[in-house]
Amino acid sequence: MGSNRTEANVSVFRSLDWFTIILYILLVSAGAVSIYAASYDFDNASMFDFAEFSGKQFLWIGLSLFIGCIILLLDYRIYEAYAYPIYGVVILILIATIFLAPDIKGSRSWLVFGPISLQPAEFGKFATALALAKLFDSYNFALNTKISNYFRALIIIFLPICLILLQRETGSALVYTSLIFVLYREGMSGLVLFSVFCAVLYFVVAVKFTTPLVMGIPAGEFSVFVIILVIYAAMLLLYCRDFIIARNVIIGFIASGLLAALLWVCGLHINGLVFFLVVLGLAIAYTLLAMFHHRIEKFLVTVAFAVVSVLFLFSVNYVFGNVLEPHQQLRIKVALGIEEDLRGAGYNVNQSKIAIGSGGLTGKGFLNGTQTKLKYVPEQHTDFIFCTIGEEEGFAGSATVLVLFLALILRLIHIAERQRKPFGRVYSYCVVSFLIFHLCINIGMVIGLCPVIGIPLPFFSYGGSALWGFTILLFILLRIDASRKERRD
Amino acid sequence: MSKDYKLAKRRYVIGGFICLIVVIYLFRLFSLQVGDDKYKENAESNAFLRRVIYPARGLIYDREGRLIVFNQPAYDVMIIPKDVGNFDTVALCNTLNITKEQLQEKWTEMKNPKKNPGYSAYTPQKLISHLSPEDYGRLQEKLYLFPGFFIQTRTVRQYNYAAGSNILGNIREVSATDVERDRYYRSGDYTGDLGVEKSYEKHLRGVKGVEILMKDAYGRIKGKYENGIHDVAPLSGRNLTLSIDMELQEYGERLMANKIGAIVAIEPSTGEILALVSSPNYDPSLLVGKERGKNYADLVRNPYKPLYDRALQGAYPPGSTFKPTQGLIFLQEGIVTTSTQYPCYHGYINRIRVGCHGHGSPIAIKPALQTSCNAYFCWGLKNMIDKRGTKPYDQLTKWKDYLVEMGYGYRLGVDLPSESRGFIPNSDYYSNSFRGSKWSANSIISIAIGQGEVLATPLQIANLCATIANRGHFYTPHIVKAVADTVIDGKYREKHAPSIKKEYYEVVAEGMRMAVLGGTCRTANLPGIEVCGKTGTAQNPHGKDHSAFMGFAPYHNPKIAIAVYVENAGFGATFGVPIGSLMMEKYLTGKISETRKGLEERMFNSNTIISSGVKSH
Repeated sequence: MGSNRTEANVSVFRSLDWFTIILYILLVSAGAVSIYAASYDFDNASMFDFAEFSGKQFLWIGLSLFIGCIILLLDYRIYEAYAYPIYGVVILILIATIFLAPDIKGSRSWLVFGPISLQPAEFGKFATALALAKLFDSYNFALNTKISNYFRALIIIFLPICLILLQRETGSALVYTSLIFVLYREGMSGLVLFSVFCAVLYFVVAVKFTTPLVMGIPAGEFSVFVIILVIYAAMLLLYCRDFIIARNVIIGFIASGLLAALLWVCGLHINGLVFFLVVLGLAIAYTLLAMFHHRIEKFLVTVAFAVVSVLFLFSVNYVFGNVLEPHQQLRIKVALGIEEDLRGAGYNVNQSKIAIGSGGLTGKGFLNGTQTKLKYVPEQHTDFIFCTIGEEEGFAGSATVLVLFLALILRLIHIAERQRKPFGRVYSYCVVSFLIFHLCINIGMVIGLCPVIGIPLPFFSYGGSALWGFTILLFILLRIDASRKERRD
Repeated sequence: MSKDYKLAKRRYVIGGFICLIVVIYLFRLFSLQVGDDKYKENAESNAFLRRVIYPARGLIYDREGRLIVFNQPAYDVMIIPKDVGNFDTVALCNTLNITKEQLQEKWTEMKNPKKNPGYSAYTPQKLISHLSPEDYGRLQEKLYLFPGFFIQTRTVRQYNYAAGSNILGNIREVSATDVERDRYYRSGDYTGDLGVEKSYEKHLRGVKGVEILMKDAYGRIKGKYENGIHDVAPLSGRNLTLSIDMELQEYGERLMANKIGAIVAIEPSTGEILALVSSPNYDPSLLVGKERGKNYADLVRNPYKPLYDRALQGAYPPGSTFKPTQGLIFLQEGIVTTSTQYPCYHGYINRIRVGCHGHGSPIAIKPALQTSCNAYFCWGLKNMIDKRGTKPYDQLTKWKDYLVEMGYGYRLGVDLPSESRGFIPNSDYYSNSFRGSKWSANSIISIAIGQGEVLATPLQIANLCATIANRGHFYTPHIVKAVADTVIDGKYREKHAPSIKKEYYEVVAEGMRMAVLGGTCRTANLPGIEVCGKTGTAQNPHGKDHSAFMGFAPYHNPKIAIAVYVENAGFGATFGVPIGSLMMEKYLTGKISETRKGLEERMFNSNTIISSGVKSH
């Protein structure tokens, strides 16, 4: 038994995915260097002083390597067997956090143990991933066979979301919504993913372009209507695969568009809203009449998609004006460039854009960034750490970091697909989803393309919880992957 | 398994998605970093010095337009540590007239993260503050010798009166918490502390401006960048006009010399505070300039607590000045009418005994106010709380609600920081303190005469007096009459009327008039002015009784309502009444009549602080 165990360990290190580990080490080292640079002080330059951010971060990194080794030394079956208990314990900790955590800048998500604070939300990620993987690994489980399977998956996902929202840590809670990618990979209809994409697109376009007016309606609304028509025609063509109906609808759209343009030139101004509703109504009526010889469901889905899109568009203004809170509206408006509030919500974004923009092609050089050193950029060692890279290492450095992340994510997708059991695959996709979300939102906000949602850049941002959280996520994945060859049971 | 195979293709969708995002981000990064020069210019801060120009802080005037607080220039020596090269320390010390050790000390202090949390080697730091004009002149000439050094001009406060420090407050350097709370502040800025300097900080401070100067590689300033077209001029702070009459305030402080206590005078028709004296007080100019830190520490250590504004923060037993509220409640509740009489055989005797003094018996409400009869109000409270068919719990709740309407028990909302709310016990309070056992009027009878649990601030007492003067309504007392270029908060124009009939206020006012004509407040009977008043003598655990007085004048169409509270000074008539009446006389006639000069002299020179129980002198 004992000798077997040793053998297994040896084979673990032999079958480890070293490519991923190298990427991990590169990213973490780059992160350590950035934090050192971000908190570098002209005359208190002591890298290993534990009072400094960088000193503390080196401690965190050392400990996370230690954690990584322990994870690799443990038997891979532990993660499978204890997936639910681990999830349960983490959920209990998340509940306890709501009551025990002190109020830090409005959020109650940090547990304070003397000199160190931990954010349990970061550890919820691997627990949720394990539980979700375990669920999909249960005997004969397939997402699409029963509607209750969806519910079970969604409960696992939404439980931590609700608890983290109760800790008023909206950013960390939103991270879990990225698990929609996992559901998609495991069989959820692509239409759902497409709908989410369209909803975001409609929202951004409708909110951003409130002026000028085109055909009596705001340009954003006009554009969304055009997109809805295009998607409608495209779905007829690509999704329903009915060339004739699609062709007729497209001809109808183009003709009515030309007609409206002609009337406009002649001085007859049709209201855009009426025009689009009439055109879309006619197209839907035609489709419903013509579809009877075909596969009805797909046409109904297409029609429903168009109708829901229009209703969604109408509700966007309502939601934006009445449901979102003013500071959320402001953050979104700043991100979309509608409002330039340089002293308030836009301050961070503007300063970070200045810092990054000043980096140029090759940057100002290590420790030479003035914007970040002058502390113009708030949260420069946590959520806005990418600024330091952008300023000091320039486009070359920041692009390298982006590409490293891309390589890691693609590698993890590759690893996911080579798993023999759903457990490993689902778990890997969970890690992929979290990484995608963190990368998109964090870098997106720093370069002013996304609203400011306070989530860290994995492996880079200062803080032990996030680093440990991602290290655990990644090393459990590596341990499961390393065992794929021993799995003969 | 073929289905699973189909799903495996979805990896390309997910992978494609992240590739697309990364490509978009790369384009964005490229356009930000390589394509656009706008951000580079913004960041050329190495060659520029952004020097803050501090606005002049708003001036403060009194109600008569007399200037109270104004500004004078002060000079701070600033450095940017990164730019400071080797310089001749001896030359610097000689120029500034300091020793090398002092310079060393200042330097360490500047770098100490506890004292200067905003320290950064890249931004301007304050090395020495409050340079004298001579030192400033000498340093200005030799500044070229010291790379990385420059002089920042600031303004500090100057005072025309050595009074009203509790109203005015002072200014201090911002703390780390201030900077965190309000992004306007940078380390080293000033902010208002205490008084109107604090409560009207946002009006007074103005908006900082900035000038952009060019530096050479040695950190020496080479003039304005593009002739200053990018500079932003500072916006001066707004001037304040206080409702205080500064001469009355000074006079009040003289009367309160060597006494502990407070005077609050209010103009009843507006709620404007005419004088707000807290004694002992201090000269506001102590907290300006180099010596501020030391003087402030002395004030904090002073056993008489001069920084404590007794007019707003002192919660005292109101004593007999509370009786008018009781009369009003009993009348409104129908417990008594103007002709109801209660017996007083040297006190309220009903199983327990509350003592009283000699006067006729039985007695009705007006003479009861005139003679300050304890028994009358105890009987009234007894008949209200123990009224047949009601529960003491509900009756006391009613009682409390009336008092809250009159401004007791909660902060009135004066526009000064740290007002105290006083204390009015409610029914739950007694249910708790009697541990659930039954309580009745006799258990709590002392609240009828403003003793026991009841606590009020001098401001609340003055506000009651103003309400009686107005015969049933008041305006929230406030200290700022006008802010330049803007209007004062609407809440100070809002009329508050307790739900007690006007005619009952008339009764109480008449009782208070009788107290001056032939009762406890005879000293307040001014020639030619119809004064109304009510004394108070409050027992307390700290020694001799507190002496209190509230009054208003004239009887018809009152111009001033006043509350006086002198700690450990004995009967209300010995200190409260003389001080209150002198204040009213001074305000209404502008002088003190010859016959009352002796009284004034006695008040100026008397000392009650020795009986205060505070040990060290």
